[in-house]
Amino acid sequence: MRRPLVNRHTQQRIGFALLALAALIVVIPIILVVLVIIARGIGAINWEFLTQAPREGMKAGGIFPAIVGTLLLMAGTALAAIPVGIGGAIYLSEYARDSWLTRAIRLAIINLAGIPSVVYGLFGLGMFVLFLRLGTSIIAGSLTLAIMTIPIIISSTEEALRAVPTEFRTVNASLGGTRWQGIRNIVLPQSLPGIITGVILGLLRAAGETAPILFTVAAFFLPRLPSSLFDQTMALPYHLYVISTQVPGMPEKVQYGTALVLLALVLSLNIVATIVRSYFRRRRQW
Amino acid sequence: MEFAKAPGLTKRWGEFAIETIIRVLGLSSIGFVVMIFLFLLREGLPTFWEIPLNNLLGTRWYPTFDYFGAVPLVLGSVLVTLLAIVIALPLGLATAVFVREIAPPWAREILKPVIEVLAGIPSVVLGFFGMTLVAPLVREVLGAPTGLTAFTGALLLAYMALPTMISVAEDALDTVPKSYRDAGLSMGATQWQTIWRVVVPAARSGVVTAVMLGMGRAIGETMAVMMVTGNAARLPLSLDSLFRPVRTMTATIAAEMGEVAQGSTHYHALFGLGIILFALTFVINLAAAATIFKKRRRGGLR
Repeated sequence: MRRPLVNRHTQQRIGFALLALAALIVVIPIILVVLVIIARGIGAINWEFLTQAPREGMKAGGIFPAIVGTLLLMAGTALAAIPVGIGGAIYLSEYARDSWLTRAIRLAIINLAGIPSVVYGLFGLGMFVLFLRLGTSIIAGSLTLAIMTIPIIISSTEEALRAVPTEFRTVNASLGGTRWQGIRNIVLPQSLPGIITGVILGLLRAAGETAPILFTVAAFFLPRLPSSLFDQTMALPYHLYVISTQVPGMPEKVQYGTALVLLALVLSLNIVATIVRSYFRRRRQW
Repeated sequence: MEFAKAPGLTKRWGEFAIETIIRVLGLSSIGFVVMIFLFLLREGLPTFWEIPLNNLLGTRWYPTFDYFGAVPLVLGSVLVTLLAIVIALPLGLATAVFVREIAPPWAREILKPVIEVLAGIPSVVLGFFGMTLVAPLVREVLGAPTGLTAFTGALLLAYMALPTMISVAEDALDTVPKSYRDAGLSMGATQWQTIWRVVVPAARSGVVTAVMLGMGRAIGETMAVMMVTGNAARLPLSLDSLFRPVRTMTATIAAEMGEVAQGSTHYHALFGLGIILFALTFVINLAAAATIFKKRRRGGLR
């Protein structure tokens, strides 16, 4: 037998060190990205930046319309995606049997989750903007983002629903409750924290997406607030794209400031989701 | 003695109505996939009779001069995606093994949330970071005329694919029964040997799934890639094209769709690229799903 170069315990020590190194190579750039954006962007953040419209070719003033636009898009996405996503998850967890149809639905969800965001943008343009004649509008953008968010909400909600023990449903049935009564009174309340977590994760994904809103809602520059659902709007991710690639001579501070606001929005939602999940997991009795 | 009343007619109707709604919502996912496909076809299929095939299969993409050769774009996407996976697979697998098998609890408590943060960073923010800091660094290190290269794009894509790959690989390691590890150790193997000769091979179908899903994520990524790859539509054939600008299908759609007239040949051609992307991710996800379903059927192993 070939003698190994080093003793196998040394080999293990070297190996473990390499694994730890790989983990460091993964996390250090992430921490660096966040820190650099905070350090360079914090100087731009002030009351004017957060509450004023851009001025002087977006080089001065604030990003208020973009912030409002992103919040509006999130609200629209939530309205459209939450009922469909939760309903779809209830079907899969509580009603569906293991049949070819159920497998087809699962396949569809996996595929929806994998469709590139820019393809969602094309679809939104073809269906909502042109075919349904909604124009480039908040409603078209929200619906596009909603369809992209639905698979995320379905998967996490289904997981939360399935975590509720079967006995709870059996008890409901033995007391004469119908299936829907059991879902409404027992299963949904018990799984609510998990559902909320999933919904937040879905919405923060929608908040950060640029490609799906490029041709469905985003306005290059619109210093006023949108007046109706059929209006265009600015949005944070698209604004960041515009000021970092389309406008020459943009002050770096404004770019990093915008990136920081977007990052802060997304990360704070992320933290809320994590807290909801861990808080309720600790309190759970079963 | 009084008997409990049978559920009233309205209540039964209510139950029926709700059940019907939920059934429809359950089926809606299939409807969405079909709808997306149909709308892509509706707007994209005209490409194939408006543009002669030898033009489509050509090597030049200059829409203003009616050249719609998609080959450089497809190869650009493939090149950037494969390179991203080559970077991400070792890092992702090693990190997953580290987190699952050997990291002390405190290290796990730090690693997991940080990786989750990465999953949450919007791609446009990563693209901006790549543009302003990574690209200049790449240019310095390589001494190349520009830092906006296929390599820069692949580097960012690798990090964007990592959260998915790590979490899927972790799940796969998780499904390997503890008895496998015990058996390895009791044979006198070190933990290191057990991990690489027993645990990881037993989890290989999950690792394949991780690669698939990472690839799906990478090939469809748009903003970050558009911002750091330089977007030059040329054939990436030689090895040094890794360090030259390249242009992907996603970036082409995102950059050009805003400027085309609706219904023009160029417009249809961009939807045609959408069809190609849809088909590619469909196949990749189907393959990933197949391994997931197979694993489920083998569930008794645990």
